[in-house]
Amino acid sequence: MAVSQPAVARRRRSWRGWQFVGPFMLIFALVFLAPIVYSIYLSLYRNQLIGGNSFVGFDNYQRLLQDSQFWESFGRVAIFLVVQVPIMLFLALVVALAIDSGRLYGKAFFRVSIFLPYAVPAVVATLMWGFIYGDQFGLVGNINETFNVSLPNPLSPHLALASIGNIVTWEFVGYNMLIFYSALRVIPGSLYESASLDGAGQFRIITAIKLPAIRGALVIATIFSIIGSFQLFTEPVILQPLAPNAITTYFTPNLYAYQLSFSGQQYNYAATVAIVMGLITMVIAYVVQLRGNRER
Amino acid sequence: MTTAVQTPAANKQLTVTQKARRKKRQGSVVLTVLTALMALYSLVPLAWLIFNSSKTQGDLFTSFGLWFSDGHFALWDNIRDTFTYNDGIFLRWFGNTLLYVVVGAGGATLLAALAGYGLAKFSFVGKRAVFAIVLGAVAVPGTALAVPTFLMFSKLGLTNTPWAVIIPSLISPFGLYLMWTFASQAIPDEMLEAARMDGAGEFRTFFRISVPLLAPGIVTVALFSIVATWNNYFLPLIMLKDPDWYPLTVGLNAWNAQSTTAGGEAVYNLVITGSLLTILPLLAAFLLLQRYWQSGLSAGSVKE
Repeated sequence: MAVSQPAVARRRRSWRGWQFVGPFMLIFALVFLAPIVYSIYLSLYRNQLIGGNSFVGFDNYQRLLQDSQFWESFGRVAIFLVVQVPIMLFLALVVALAIDSGRLYGKAFFRVSIFLPYAVPAVVATLMWGFIYGDQFGLVGNINETFNVSLPNPLSPHLALASIGNIVTWEFVGYNMLIFYSALRVIPGSLYESASLDGAGQFRIITAIKLPAIRGALVIATIFSIIGSFQLFTEPVILQPLAPNAITTYFTPNLYAYQLSFSGQQYNYAATVAIVMGLITMVIAYVVQLRGNRER
Repeated sequence: MTTAVQTPAANKQLTVTQKARRKKRQGSVVLTVLTALMALYSLVPLAWLIFNSSKTQGDLFTSFGLWFSDGHFALWDNIRDTFTYNDGIFLRWFGNTLLYVVVGAGGATLLAALAGYGLAKFSFVGKRAVFAIVLGAVAVPGTALAVPTFLMFSKLGLTNTPWAVIIPSLISPFGLYLMWTFASQAIPDEMLEAARMDGAGEFRTFFRISVPLLAPGIVTVALFSIVATWNNYFLPLIMLKDPDWYPLTVGLNAWNAQSTTAGGEAVYNLVITGSLLTILPLLAAFLLLQRYWQSGLSAGSVKE
């Protein structure tokens, strides 16, 4: 991160900036740093009815390593990450390039309407799609009746994850499209002109100019999507009553941690799950960032 | 940029024709149709919501999802029932959401603007540490922090109060990042120097000179914080026990869950109408403030 400052500012090197940064950092310490420290503390202890609170070292972590429910939930979000994120980002990129190409009729309408789902709360989006998926008064039921077919139930065990992927894609494709589009818009137009003078076609302009220019935006969107996938919670927890057989209480790591703390009172172990997921997310986000920047 | 295409010894004549060609570039029907498919995917569920909020509970089950029912047009009845069901708890949830949004997202925007400005325009002791800590913490999933935050807040006696939802909403690392990039570009150092020469205090300079220059960035951060707070589910779900403090998201799902609990009354029509009422204010805000947030986002991406 470049923190270089013009000479004017450097002369005033002092504590004065803290007047502005201080309030943010104070609350940041309370809601980010303190919980991290606290959960590390929690993960090293065990609380039992008999014996009370006792230091157990890395016992909780050892238990986690052998916990098949945790690894099953982790595997599920990993599949989700590998399948849903590329599809979503690819669609977002294609739409952003299409809107940016200047060859669309009604591009303002498309930009806004594809972005709109982002403003819909995940809860509402999931309730809505849950109804649509449903066979009672959902669209799937309607289609089955009208065309006398029987589509597979989107909430059956082997389709539930894909159905959740569809909801998440619907919610965030427009948001990512907008990030890409904003980055595309600031590419100087003179670059395109000189490229087409050199005889470069549209496809060549996209691969040689546009994509390298928005690499930063691509990396950031990928990192946000990775964090989002590992945090998957709202969509499965709301669909759960509709698909109790498909969506288990340990469907995602977050759901598992939630279940452990609020149904099982196993706060120490839940904190361990949270820390391990946080670490994995950080490592992957870091690797993506390194790779993304190295190829620059 | 890796692949800067070399400009050939510029033939001005050619450039001009090229420009004219660019302007005249034909719209592409194929591209438009493909993008329209994507727009359809985005809009159909919203259309479904609108059609079905006009149906009674009974008609929901008997009519086609993507059209009005032949029977009673019940939108107004549904809206009235949504607001009056359970002694008007929906209105209370609406008020709670507004409270969390105004104080939480408003505070988040103010803190991000102050801190982003401070990072962009001052050199101070510990600045590198601030960057390192904030960037490192951004990678920690917010929901991973929720359970420990809940335990901490319950020790402090803050759970089941509005503060439990508001305080964590006050921090937006993405907002800080956006304000920092925005402030670096939008505010010339000379202008601040001039204000200081005139003897204006730092805060006076900030509010009088910098805030107007930062306006598009502030609107952008405000909108995204509002969405984050308005849409928040996990945090209020774990922090709040008392339905009187629920925001709309938690309340709506509680209504929906009624139908699957024994002895609960199914109120699908109210869940659907309530959902529509929940998203309308946000959709309106985004549509009305388009000009601001789109320019704010573009400026934010210059630095990437």
